[in-house]
Amino acid sequence: MSKLKYALFTGCTAKESTPEQMMSTLAVADKLGIELVELTEASCCGASHLQDYDDFLSLVLNARNIAYAEKHGLTMVTICNTCQLNTAMTKHRLDNNAELKARVNEKLGEVGLEYKGTSQITHFLYAIIDDFGLDKIKEMVVKPLSQFNIAPFYGCHNIRPSELQNETHKTPESSYRPTSLDDLIIACGGTNVDYEEKNKCCGFHAELQSPKTAATLTGNALAGAMDQNADWMVTPCPLCHLKLDTQYHHASVAIGRDVKMPVLHMQQMVGLALGCTPAELGLQHHVSNVDFV
Amino acid sequence: MNNNSITTKDVTFKVFRFNSETDYLPTYKEYKMEVTSEEVVLDILNRIKWDFDGSFSYRRSCRHGICGACAMKVNGKATLACKVNMHEMVELFGNEITLEPSSIKRSVKDFIIDKSDFWEKHAQAKPYLEAEIDETPTMENLVSIEDNDKIEDADLCIQCGACHYSCPAVEINEQFMGPAAFVAAYRFGIDTRDDAQGERLDTVDTPAQGVWDCVKCYECADACPKEINPIDKITKLHNMVFESGKVRKNVASRHAVGFAHSIKKHGLLDEGELVRYSEGNIGVLKHVPVALQMFKKGKIVLPWNMPKSDNLDEIQKLIKSSSTTKF
Ligand code: SF4
Ligand code: SF4
Ligand code: FES
Repeated sequence: MSKLKYALFTGCTAKESTPEQMMSTLAVADKLGIELVELTEASCCGASHLQDYDDFLSLVLNARNIAYAEKHGLTMVTICNTCQLNTAMTKHRLDNNAELKARVNEKLGEVGLEYKGTSQITHFLYAIIDDFGLDKIKEMVVKPLSQFNIAPFYGCHNIRPSELQNETHKTPESSYRPTSLDDLIIACGGTNVDYEEKNKCCGFHAELQSPKTAATLTGNALAGAMDQNADWMVTPCPLCHLKLDTQYHHASVAIGRDVKMPVLHMQQMVGLALGCTPAELGLQHHVSNVDFV
Repeated sequence: MNNNSITTKDVTFKVFRFNSETDYLPTYKEYKMEVTSEEVVLDILNRIKWDFDGSFSYRRSCRHGICGACAMKVNGKATLACKVNMHEMVELFGNEITLEPSSIKRSVKDFIIDKSDFWEKHAQAKPYLEAEIDETPTMENLVSIEDNDKIEDADLCIQCGACHYSCPAVEINEQFMGPAAFVAAYRFGIDTRDDAQGERLDTVDTPAQGVWDCVKCYECADACPKEINPIDKITKLHNMVFESGKVRKNVASRHAVGFAHSIKKHGLLDEGELVRYSEGNIGVLKHVPVALQMFKKGKIVLPWNMPKSDNLDEIQKLIKSSSTTKF
């Protein structure tokens, strides 16, 4: 297989509140021999909020980001579920609406760019599973996570809306019964834990506006995993991670029960199985206790 | 269809049973059946009633996916029983299938639920046209094709409640109007013959009940059997609220606007500044304990270290020329 190469859209959190997301992505890509070209020109995707304020502006900025991936002639890889959704949704809308695409390109033309629609967009989770291959990951595992019960937490924006995600992912998965992250846990030698909240919302996007709703959702997710005897959780989304890792106190108050468990990024889990050190994977940046490593 | 192509599967159904007049808690009864590839979920509900227990209760009417009465859940997946093939569900979930009403906590008798909360919230959206009507019109009240197109598929809502009872915000926040009510608010608010748009936008802009309390989980998009994509209409209502210029200035609206400010300044989002801008200088204080914990772990970037996108001038130029809304 020729070397996999992607244009990396980091999103904002990997540069700020989840530095470990960036560290572990680079460490895992290095182990797997995946080349990542960082899109340093990219802007924030608007995180599903800018579009509420100004939908057209959100489209133009996301189209600009994709245009840079197209310049490299590469598939764009995202490392955040919300970046994935906003970017994939922009691509879908522009590729299916010639008039809208022309309007957006008129703006991009002002800065010498053009959105063509030539680059695919995928999340690093799906790049690993669909392009690199679970079997190959399995072969490369040097430290199987066999002593752990691991709870997958999918995060809404990788699995819903299904229509869009099924068009984007090579292997479609049902938002009601997603399997990608479970499969990855098994490939890393761990035991996947099934629990009701694994495909539910963590509440992140309403944290400021609706703190009680957000904290209750976080609490339910952590409690759901704890009740099925999970040792820790794993998620492909840095926003879910932030919510689950740093907000457990509010979550405990909201659901009237102590909920706290280590939550790892998908890349950190893979990295541990591949033999990266906890420091390389940025485990020192976690707020919840990650002593188990 | 040729009979030879009909296949069967053995399925164990765990079925929610509850009678609010006699039961304190619900139970799940097990029914085993051989299910053919021709049967929809409603056929199974019928067979439970006809072959196992005549007291089993559920709603259905049209059997054509248009009345919305038969909405229920299969392994947690919102389903119109008359529309969904049972074998497809077995392929997705395996041959142990749980059948439940749309909302367990609102069950009156088995799958018959008390939908009054749904209808009250739907009514809040004023799901009808409000207009001064000339009682002796000389011609029809015409709508251009372009204006009619804006209504999109919102007109197709059958009020089945699938989205409403899949919405986690509805489940937690009693005041939240929910996706179907927002679809209705959009449907009539965008209609050029309607005079109550301002009032509707005011309703959906109200904290706790309105669009700002949606957690953006997209459950409603997947739940809707008519593929209406309620969250897409919620986004449009957000846009309409801003475009009307009458948006309430509060933590919710500032949160959306804060992204534009931040992107203009850095290309990227200044996460700390976004919280301060949204909450205000006093409101931000409640986030200090979590922020301190994060700071200790190297998770907070100080203002002077805030990263910036390359070619920031391009981003700024685009924000200037492409912005369509003012705050
Ligand atoms: S996207 Fe919003 S309205 Fe739709 S189900 Fe989720 S919280 Fe409810
Ligand atoms: S929007 Fe769809 S799911 Fe919601 S009530 Fe209407 S038809 Fe049912
Ligand atoms: S019976 Fe009318 S929608 Fe199913």
